[in-house]
Amino acid sequence: MDSMKNYTIKQLSVFLENRKGRLDEVLAILAKNDIDIVAMSLADTSEFGMLRMIVNDPTKGRKVLKEESITAVLTDVVALRVSHETGSLSKAMHQIVEKDVNVEYMYAFANGPDASAVIKSDDPDKVIEILTKNGFGVWEEGEAYKANQFVSNTEA
Amino acid sequence: MAIGTLDTWKETIRDKKIECASKDEMHSIQSEKLVNQVKHVYKNVEFYRNKMTAMGLEPGDIKSIDDIVKLPFTTKEDIRDQYPFGLVAVPQDQIVRVQGTSGTTGKLTLASYSDYDVKVWGECVARALTMAGLDSQDRIHVCYGYGLFTGGLGIDFGAQALGAMAIPMSAGNTKRQMTCMEDFEATAFACTPSYALHLAESMKEAGVVDRMKIKVGIHGAEPWTEEMRKKIENLLGINCFDIYGLCEITGPGVAMDCIHHKGLHVYEDHFYPEILDDQNNPCKDKEQGELVFTTLSKEAMPLLRYRTKDITSIERDVCECGRTLPRIQKFAGRKDDMKVIRGVNVFPTQVETALLSMGGGVAPHYMMIVDRENNLDTLTVMVEVDERYFSDEIRKLDALKQRVGNTLKQALGVQVKVKLVEPKTIERSEGKAVRVIDRREF
Repeated sequence: MDSMKNYTIKQLSVFLENRKGRLDEVLAILAKNDIDIVAMSLADTSEFGMLRMIVNDPTKGRKVLKEESITAVLTDVVALRVSHETGSLSKAMHQIVEKDVNVEYMYAFANGPDASAVIKSDDPDKVIEILTKNGFGVWEEGEAYKANQFVSNTEA
Repeated sequence: MAIGTLDTWKETIRDKKIECASKDEMHSIQSEKLVNQVKHVYKNVEFYRNKMTAMGLEPGDIKSIDDIVKLPFTTKEDIRDQYPFGLVAVPQDQIVRVQGTSGTTGKLTLASYSDYDVKVWGECVARALTMAGLDSQDRIHVCYGYGLFTGGLGIDFGAQALGAMAIPMSAGNTKRQMTCMEDFEATAFACTPSYALHLAESMKEAGVVDRMKIKVGIHGAEPWTEEMRKKIENLLGINCFDIYGLCEITGPGVAMDCIHHKGLHVYEDHFYPEILDDQNNPCKDKEQGELVFTTLSKEAMPLLRYRTKDITSIERDVCECGRTLPRIQKFAGRKDDMKVIRGVNVFPTQVETALLSMGGGVAPHYMMIVDRENNLDTLTVMVEVDERYFSDEIRKLDALKQRVGNTLKQALGVQVKVKLVEPKTIERSEGKAVRVIDRREF
C-alpha cells in the first residue's frame, strides 16, 4: 500500500425528513449538478431517513445541497475491496472485530469483478491499517469517487 | 460593532422628572390624572357610566390612585363588544387615527387616538429609545409591520419625537432589509425577536455583519427569553432591548427594558400597572399575577383596569439605571398562551428556555403540537437539529432526541415527544410567531 495515498473516503450523508418527495428532491438536485452516485444506502427510522452516498465530488455535493437548505455532512469512511469469494468479507470483518474497532454501519456496492463495502467505524485510520496489513484491498480516495466510471470505461 | 458593556454604557434619561420621580411625586401625579380620567370616562362613555352606576360608584368616590381598586374591569371581549367606536370618549372629529390588533378569530380589537394621544405615545417611545442608548444621531430601521398593527408606526412616532431618522421598511423580504440596513447605515433596528433572530442568522450566513453599523436592537410584540436576547446580541455584536406595549393601551412604549435587563420599566405616569391574583386581589411586589393597566392620560379611548392576560410580577426598588419607574418582569406567558397538558400548565417560553439551556445540539426554533390520543393529552415538540451537531449516525441522533426529551420533561413536568426536523424548516415569523398548535377539542 502506498502510504502517500489517502484511503479515507468522504461519504456524503444527508438528513431526510419523512415526507413525500424528499428523496426525489435530493436526488434531483444532485443530478442537476452532475453529481454521480457511486454507491448509496438509505437507512430509515420512524421519523427520518439517512441517505449515505459515495459520489464523484462529495464537497461539491454538500455545497449544492446546502444551497437548497438541505442538511448534509461529510463523513469519513473506508471502502473495502474484496474478491467475489465466499467468506472474504467474513475474514475482513473478523480482523476488524479482533482489534476492537466498532463498526457503526456498512453497505455494499457493485464494482465489476470485485465486491466492495463501505465501512463506517469509530476509527477509520485503524480500519485501514488492519485491512491493509492483512492483505485486503482498500479503495484509494480518488479511485473510489470514480469507481463506476472506471468500470464503464473499461467496458467501453 | 462590539457589544456595549455596563462599564462603557452611558445612561441617558429623557424625562428625569418623571422617570426618576420619588414615590410621593409619582403618587400625586397619578392621583390627579386618575381623578380626571374617571370623570372623563363617566361623562363621555356610556359603557363605563353604566358599569360604575351598577357598582354604586360615582366619579367623586375616586380621590387618589389608591382608589383604583374600586373601579370596574375592562376585558378584551368588552372592547370587541364595543367595536368599533363604542368606547370612544371624544367627538369623532378629534380622532386622528385608529390602530388595531390582528384578529385571528372574529373582530379586530380597535383603538382610537386623539392628536394628544399620538403625542404621548411618541413621547413614551422616545423615552424607550433613549433608554436603549439612542438619540437624534441615530437611524432606526423599522421592520415591524406598518398598518393597523401598532409596531411599525409606534416606533416611527418615537423616532420622530426623538429627532432620529426612521427607516420605515415594514416587515418581510429579508434580502432587501439587509441591503437597506447596510446602504442607509442604520444604527438600530426594531422588529419581533423571532424575526430579529432570523435576520441575524441571515446576515451571518451572507457574511455581511461586519458591514453593518447596527448597535442596538429593539424587540417586542412577542415573548422572548434572556437566552434568545443573548443569541441575537452575540450574532450581531449589539445590545438588544425588550419593548412592551399593547394597542388597547397605546402600542409599543408602555414599558421598556434598560441595559441592566432587570425587568421592563413601566411609564406609570401614563399607564398605571396592577398585578392581580386569581381572586382579583392585588399581588405583593415580586408575586406573579395578571397584569392590568389603567390609562391615565388617554383622551380618545381611555381604559379602566384593562386585563392584559399577561402573567408577570412587578418590582419597585430603584433600578441601577437610576429610574424609579416600576419594573414588570419578563412574562411567564400569556393567560391565553398557556396550555394545560395533563393538568400541567405549560408555557411555550419554557420550551424555548429549556432548548437554549442545552447549550447546542438544537436550535431555539420550535413548534409545540398539543393533541389528544386515547383521551390522553400528548405534547410533541418539533425542534431543529443544529447543523453543527448533525451526525449521520442514527444512534447519535436518537441520543440527541433523548436528551432533548429529558430536558423538556424536566423543565415542563410533562412527557414530551420530540421530533427532530431539518434545520430552517420551522417558519421564522415576521409577525407574531405561532409556537403552539392545539389539536384537542374541548
